[in-house]
Amino acid sequence: MTAPLRPTSEAEIEAIVAEAVAARTPLAIEGGGTRDIGRPVQAARAVSTLGLSGVTLYEPSELVLSARAGTKLSEIEALLAGNRQRLAFEPIDWRPLLGTSGEPTIGGVTASNASGPRRIQAGAARDHLIGIRATTGRGETIKSGGRVMKNVTGYDFAKLAAGSWGTLGILTEVTYKLLPMAETETTLVYEGLDAARAVDAMTTALGTPFEVTGAAFLPGEPSRTLIRFEGFSASCGYRAGRLSDMLAAFGAPERLHDEASQSLWTAIRDVRPLGATGSDVVWRISVKPTDGPQVVARLEAEVSARTFLDWSGGLVWAAIDGPADGGAATVRTLVAMLGGHATLVRAPHGLRAALPSFQPEAPAVAAITAKIRESFDPAGVLNPGRMG
Amino acid sequence: MSAILMPKPDQRVLDRRDAIIAGLAKLVPPAALITAEDERRAYETDALTAYRQLPLAVVLPSTTEEVAAVLAFLNAEGVKVVARGAGTSLAGGALPAEDAVVLGVSKMNRVLEVDTANRTIRVEAGVTNLGVTAAVQHLGFFYAPDPSSQLACTIAGNIGMNSGGAHCLKYGVTTNNVLGVKMVMMDGTIVEIGGEALDAAGLDLLGLIVGSEGQIGVVTEAVLRILPLAEGARPMLMGFQSAEACGACVAAIIASGIIPVAIEYMDRPAIRVCEAFAHAGYPLDVEALLIIEVEGSEEEIADLIDRITAIAAKFEPSTFKVSQSEAESAAIWKGRKSAFGAMGRIADYMCMDGTIPTGQLPRVLTGISEICAGYGLEVANIFHAGDGNLHPLVLFNANKPGELEKAEAAGADILKLCVEVGGCLTGEHGVGVEKRELMVHQFNRIDLDQQMRVKTALDPQWLLNPHKVFPLEGRPV
Ligand SMILES: Cc1cc2nc3c(=O)[nH]c(=O)nc-3n(C[C@H](O)[C@H](O)[C@H](O)COP(=O)(O)OP(=O)(O)OC[C@H]3O[C@@H](n4cnc5c(N)ncnc54)[C@H](O)[C@@H]3O)c2cc1C
Ligand SMILES: Cc1cc2nc3c(=O)[nH]c(=O)nc-3n(C[C@H](O)[C@H](O)[C@H](O)COP(=O)(O)OP(=O)(O)OC[C@H]3O[C@@H](n4cnc5c(N)ncnc54)[C@H](O)[C@@H]3O)c2cc1C
Repeated sequence: MTAPLRPTSEAEIEAIVAEAVAARTPLAIEGGGTRDIGRPVQAARAVSTLGLSGVTLYEPSELVLSARAGTKLSEIEALLAGNRQRLAFEPIDWRPLLGTSGEPTIGGVTASNASGPRRIQAGAARDHLIGIRATTGRGETIKSGGRVMKNVTGYDFAKLAAGSWGTLGILTEVTYKLLPMAETETTLVYEGLDAARAVDAMTTALGTPFEVTGAAFLPGEPSRTLIRFEGFSASCGYRAGRLSDMLAAFGAPERLHDEASQSLWTAIRDVRPLGATGSDVVWRISVKPTDGPQVVARLEAEVSARTFLDWSGGLVWAAIDGPADGGAATVRTLVAMLGGHATLVRAPHGLRAALPSFQPEAPAVAAITAKIRESFDPAGVLNPGRMG
Repeated sequence: MSAILMPKPDQRVLDRRDAIIAGLAKLVPPAALITAEDERRAYETDALTAYRQLPLAVVLPSTTEEVAAVLAFLNAEGVKVVARGAGTSLAGGALPAEDAVVLGVSKMNRVLEVDTANRTIRVEAGVTNLGVTAAVQHLGFFYAPDPSSQLACTIAGNIGMNSGGAHCLKYGVTTNNVLGVKMVMMDGTIVEIGGEALDAAGLDLLGLIVGSEGQIGVVTEAVLRILPLAEGARPMLMGFQSAEACGACVAAIIASGIIPVAIEYMDRPAIRVCEAFAHAGYPLDVEALLIIEVEGSEEEIADLIDRITAIAAKFEPSTFKVSQSEAESAAIWKGRKSAFGAMGRIADYMCMDGTIPTGQLPRVLTGISEICAGYGLEVANIFHAGDGNLHPLVLFNANKPGELEKAEAAGADILKLCVEVGGCLTGEHGVGVEKRELMVHQFNRIDLDQQMRVKTALDPQWLLNPHKVFPLEGRPV
């Protein structure tokens, strides 16, 4: 494959897409090249967004930022940190898990609908994305949303773009709402619970008014169940105190503050508990939180999976080593039975080419998806097969 | 009748009315089919009462399967369908057409399942917004989006419009609080999208459906996120002698890292009317009033109030009052939430719903005054100040010939101004029929064509609520 094309303007992207349509040669879209997820794209040419870079609008007092799609996430986070603000959805950094290098871009964060442990409280990228510009597979650049916080004018294509993995359009610019950074954070650590007890503790915690912003379970000797609070320090202390009183039946928790708490949650966000790149296959499984323990038990018993839980049990990370299909049959059947979905995020190239990465949709839903995609990219030139 | 035109009804459909009704009668029980003219009248308008259209018939199915049968039949007959919740749309979103059948979900109003461990509730789409909270309040939970119409409006309509409310600053709007829907496509196909997990596989279809104004499918059930009630909440009132000082105060609070649950703004005319109605204790001698609400334990509330007080002091509020009791808090919110109703007692009004970058507030308020003065009309402004969602109420007298048209023209100018300063036509009420022709000010041809392509892909004959959202000119069908 030749070096990626590196357009620096929407007009150039439009021309590249038009040419691809005319020549019927599909394009693979890459941002930082850090999220090698989904079926490998069968494409003649890669288009890099790195030439489309730079923050185009930042109004701290209005909590809004726009950036061109190839802008590095690290650049945006540094800029925001200067005003003690952040993208509240805590975007994952895939590099440790996938063994990729390069710099995540805000376009890739958007196209993959990134999220992190704070999802249970703050949502994912989709919940903070308020505007997009994108060049569709028709070689036309459209906009949706804008730079204001509340907007129901026309169909919400920003939501469609978030999590489209580049299959509807090449994002050229995105606008996010921001939130203030918390003054401090505190984590309660309970040792020795099993997964079921841990999920009991975590879902109980999320049913209280104490505004938990992270709830994860790390198996091990001893296992650790983590519950995070963020905010002003007096308030964090108060809420942690009240909750540990309520959860007295689960033991006496240790309390971690600031950096000690932060580094733990960064590791969870980036899936470090599963270890660096190995020969195993990694699945990201999203179910309702109370189903988490059952998923863990079944995968441990049937395919010797190593797992941990985030989102109070609603997100199961599982590493599976051994079965020729990477555990796909077991994982897919289990998830289909429970309701939810599983994504194959790390696997040898051959397996990724052979298996659908994303949970197969019900036929009626798949038909809707196909029609929408066809309306954006009738010639099928954008990341073909990535989500298929 | 006023400026917004409805296309000529399809004569072929009108001619077949009896056959269409006979077909519907085979699909739903007699009580679910309304055909008599006086009974259809109840459905001829929504909260945009300047527009009225008597529908061909009204069906009120009780199950998803009935909805599917009705849609499949009407699809085959080529008959238009307007989905309806409670008909409180302020944008004419639920306005029928003479050649359309209204499909109301009011009989589908059961709460199906409450799951506090997973913080979800599954309801039929005709449950009211407040009905969701009522079903979980005794368990210590609530449903966050809180449109002022929450006593009447349905989850179906909230999903149709992606509705918001005063407390969305902290908790988000409808789209951030819906996890799944059951929906019937125009051809009668039943689909389930999303569910109790936090995210769904594939494209974010839910994100497209929420806010699609009844143009993509008819929602029959929804899985919603419920949240634990805060330990306590307290509003405070702050009055200012200028919109500038008030706007700067809001910006300073947000820049300090505090996101209150709500920051609501009223100008002098709005304050007068709301105070006369609700006796909320609003100061009458200020140009601009903020209602700011904070949440938490007693200590947390006290701490936040201290912080906000210190920040606000720099902007010299002429009134500063923290609610001292439950009753006072309720009165403060009653005044705000009944603002539209209170205004309706003294005048007819057009309620605008643009959103602007919050920094543009003073400029836009000045612009709004000038525009309305230019038409010889009065205006009162109510504003979700934290997120820039502006509700100018353009007052007029419907009995005076020409005044409605003037109010509409003023409203259109106001919305164009919102777009000009970087904002949008509608923040939470939807485009409906009201702002359909204004869409060209926010979107270009390419943008609109792509939106309409998605409509065509999912409803090829354009039978679902077709006269809304997109300008009549330039449609593919
Ligand atoms: C050194 C190298 C060699 C490669 N060789 C090949 C090859 O031989 N064959 C091949 O098919 N691919 C190749 N690729 C591309 C690669 O396999 C994936 O296409 C790429 O990982 C996906 O994008 P990303 O990881 O760069 O995007 P990320 O920035 O991590 O983005 C994640 C997802 O979002 C999409 N995306 C990113 N930015 C945008 C945007 N602005 N608008 C819309 N969608 C966006 C991406 O397509 C991807 O699906 C190569 C990549 C690199 C870095
Ligand atoms: C006094 C007053 C105060 C208000 N305050 C607010 C406020 O604070 N915030 C706010 O956002 N709005 C507010 N509104 C506007 C209105 O209440 C909302 O738009 C509400 O969500 C409409 O709900 P409804 O059940 O009345 O729906 P309807 O008016 O019946 O329908 C609204 C739209 O949804 C579509 N729809 C209805 N049912 C379905 C279905 N089953 N499937 C698919 N689409 C469907 C309709 O076709 C229509 O386009 C207010 C209105 C009034 C009169």
